[in-house]
Amino acid sequence: MTAINYAQLLRLALPEVIVVATALIVMATDLMVLRRCSTRVRFAVAAGLASIGCAGAIARILLAQEAASILDGMLIANPLTRLVQIVLLALTILTLLLFVDSTFTEHVGEFVLLLLVATAGMMFLAGTEDLLVLFISLELLSLSLYILAAFDKRSAQSSEAALKYYLFGGVSAAFLLFGFSLLYGLSNSTSLPHIAIAIRGPAISPFLVVAIVTTAIGLGFKVAAAPFHFWAPDVYQGAPAPSAAFIASGSKVASFFIFFQVMALGFVGAEGTAALPHLVRGWVPELALMAAASMLLGNLVAIRQTSLRRLLAYSAIAHAGTMLLAVVAHAEQGLAALLYYVVTYALATLGAFGVIAVVEQQTGGDDLSNFDGLGRRAPVLSFCLAIFILSLAGIPPLAGFFAKFYLFVSVLNAAPGSIGLLWLVVLAIAMSAVALYYYLRVLKRVYVAAPASGAREIRTPILSQVIMLLLAALVVLLGCAPQLLLRWILAAIQASGL
Amino acid sequence: MLAWTIYISFLGAAAQLLLPRGSVALARILALLTALVGFGITLTYFLLHRTGEMLTVARVPWIPPLGIEYRLAADGISLTLLLLTGIIAITGILFSWNIADRAKEFFAFYLLLIGAVYGVFLSYDLLLLFVFYELVIVPKYFLIAIWGSTRREYGAMKLALYSFAGSAMVFIGLIAAYVAAGAKTASLGDLAQFPFSLHFQMLAFPMVFAGFAVLAGMWPLHTWAPTGHVAAPTAASMLLAGVVMKLGAYGCLRVAMTLFPLGLGPWSFHVMGLGSWRDVFALLAVIGIVYGALVALVQKDFKFVIGYSSVSHMGFILLGLMTLNQIGISGAVLQMFSHGILAGLLFAVVGRMVYARTHTRDLAALGPMNLNKVIPFAAVTFVIAGMASMGLPGFSGFVAELMILIGVWRAYPLFAVCAGFGLIVGVVYIWRALQKAFFAEAEVESAPPNPPLPPISYPERIGAMILMGASVLIGLYPQALLNVIVPALNSPLFEGLRKGSWQ
Repeated sequence: MTAINYAQLLRLALPEVIVVATALIVMATDLMVLRRCSTRVRFAVAAGLASIGCAGAIARILLAQEAASILDGMLIANPLTRLVQIVLLALTILTLLLFVDSTFTEHVGEFVLLLLVATAGMMFLAGTEDLLVLFISLELLSLSLYILAAFDKRSAQSSEAALKYYLFGGVSAAFLLFGFSLLYGLSNSTSLPHIAIAIRGPAISPFLVVAIVTTAIGLGFKVAAAPFHFWAPDVYQGAPAPSAAFIASGSKVASFFIFFQVMALGFVGAEGTAALPHLVRGWVPELALMAAASMLLGNLVAIRQTSLRRLLAYSAIAHAGTMLLAVVAHAEQGLAALLYYVVTYALATLGAFGVIAVVEQQTGGDDLSNFDGLGRRAPVLSFCLAIFILSLAGIPPLAGFFAKFYLFVSVLNAAPGSIGLLWLVVLAIAMSAVALYYYLRVLKRVYVAAPASGAREIRTPILSQVIMLLLAALVVLLGCAPQLLLRWILAAIQASGL
Repeated sequence: MLAWTIYISFLGAAAQLLLPRGSVALARILALLTALVGFGITLTYFLLHRTGEMLTVARVPWIPPLGIEYRLAADGISLTLLLLTGIIAITGILFSWNIADRAKEFFAFYLLLIGAVYGVFLSYDLLLLFVFYELVIVPKYFLIAIWGSTRREYGAMKLALYSFAGSAMVFIGLIAAYVAAGAKTASLGDLAQFPFSLHFQMLAFPMVFAGFAVLAGMWPLHTWAPTGHVAAPTAASMLLAGVVMKLGAYGCLRVAMTLFPLGLGPWSFHVMGLGSWRDVFALLAVIGIVYGALVALVQKDFKFVIGYSSVSHMGFILLGLMTLNQIGISGAVLQMFSHGILAGLLFAVVGRMVYARTHTRDLAALGPMNLNKVIPFAAVTFVIAGMASMGLPGFSGFVAELMILIGVWRAYPLFAVCAGFGLIVGVVYIWRALQKAFFAEAEVESAPPNPPLPPISYPERIGAMILMGASVLIGLYPQALLNVIVPALNSPLFEGLRKGSWQ
């Protein structure tokens, strides 16, 4: 054990420190200076300050180019973690600006504070290879998200959703911790690479099996994979729009990244294989089953939904299943495909929630019938919605299509010369045909159905509209020129030597 | 230059959305201009390059780490179908001159569809081809669901899901082929050269072929076609039957058959007399021909007659492809062109000239209206289109179907007889529809319809003339197209097919 170099520690954690400091400044400004102003002004100032802080953190990450790892990987910085952290910060900024006109709460300072603290948690999560730090940052993130989900005090649904989220989250955290403690017992270390060396062996011990299963349960909950998805529909429906969007986008990115890290770094040597016809025991077949279950359940249940938020929740479960395929592939290309997928997915989901927030505010609900004739009531808004939904459905030339293509290629490439994983790809593609049905149902409401009589034009706040157009443009751009993002991801992965 | 057919169409679609509110006339003219420019480009290119060989039109790296390129190329087969697309695009707009409701959006979706179709015919990279192929689905859905008639939402959704399921099968096959070939290139030429194992080809070929054949209306996966055509507005059904179904047939030939030629070879066993995938698909095609014709014979709805006739004629194309001899396959490509033109014309008569005026497509209700006297132009057009569709000499259908039949006779004599039977039934259902819709003997001298039906407008006349002209031109001088189709079939791209089971 080397002596702790506090200066280096601080330097490495500086982006997170900036975010937390910003959070405190936002809180202080809101409580001390803006007490009397209207909610709109307070939200605008808070979001502005927070965005500046996040932008500062991004700048800091871009400027500090050294790769570092202290205390056996407690905190690490390499091009890959930096890339993920930048994406997370950017998503936070977009979330803040997109929902700057929210009026659901008077505790603006607290809301933005929690959002930033959650962001800091996600950044720590991305920048560690140590189980303890991982668990603590995961809890920091989760606890912030529970409160964010409950933030609409006027709505009983919001509280119910948060309580459900909290209870399920608590149980899954217990599972995760249990798994981690077993891993520590097996390897006498909390560092993922050390664990991998310790557990490597011809046979998988029963303890390791339990550790693998409980870890997968804990992380499966975070990414809302079936059968640990029960919180998702309620949270997506009940939570205030910014919280739901944040849970659906930013936290998904962080959770999937760490899921991949834990599995691919920590459990090397216990993979097994899910390639038919010779399943071998390990974490890969387990995740393959989770993925298959999520794709089936998510897509089939989404068909029956009448609320757009719930529909997005089930589609999120289905997408989680698809993304788990990349973890199943667990090759370098798999990580690249996963990152590309989850980032473009986050952009589209964020945008979709932006549209939902506007429609909800002006028509009073997110039921599909509230979207009747949106195409004529708000042409720009519905154009953006169409782009987001079609990207989620994986229609070319939008980002979702290339993400899917690349992910499937990486899965098939994972076992060169064999097409044993083809069954997962076939299932995923077949399910995407099911998915098109419910996505088209949404667009049918928007473009085909006539608006309810007496429906007025829907006004979109300027800033939200700009951000939504930006998101839509990004989705189109990343679909037409995937190289723009893919180049970064591949370079980062290569430079990090994974 | 040819690549601009795609860009012009997409730009035209975008320009539609920027037009001021309520400018219907402007929207029409802009759409027509866009389509004319697209056709003009194709025609110029066609006249300049009449060798039929594969020429690259545009080539830039697209996704370098995956070896995927943005590469457009055209040979004689693509050029034939590009010409068809141009003609149908122009006439489709002429026949939608009466669209007034949300006209800008209509033409925007329409041009988006056209652009994507151009893209499919021009793509040389398989991922690019697939991108355009799937891009077709969404505008198709909206064209039918918003501007359609009878059970439009059902028809549109059914069509979208069938197409998407078909393209999902294609997608699986393409990804598997791309990865099996080392994930270094998705170029059609390179993959066609790659020696996939026999086992792989035997699995991949039926998957990809059937996936494309869904869109080509192969029995028993054809059921989207009649309902979709009937539900669609005139221009959309012209496009669907005229061009979109050809996308499927084109994919069968260009992708499935060139990539996996060994998949057509014989199995080591026989099931019910069928010894290869080729036999299976040939049989399905023949069933499609006869079944489509027989069902068309008993329809009460005028448009369903044409819808099922499309299934029957598309069966000829698939059958022609399965002959695996030069005359059969070039006949199939010619039939793609010919059926595109004729189906467009028939749907134009039924959907625009008759239905838009009488608001009924029930053959029994149309009879007493004395349509041959009220709108004689429609009657004449339908007679001519019907004659061409029956395959009378002098029209494009005759040459194409004759070539296919010769090819089939060499490969499957029995199927040639069945297809001949289908042709005869084809004469009967056209005759029946013609008589019931236009020349029914009115038992009582019915009063002229009140208010009187509007006369056939000039855009409709021009559109009908263009289509009839094209059919007659190719019927009298098929060499115009065959001169580019045959060299294309002899190009290195189809070498695997020629070396394999070519006869």
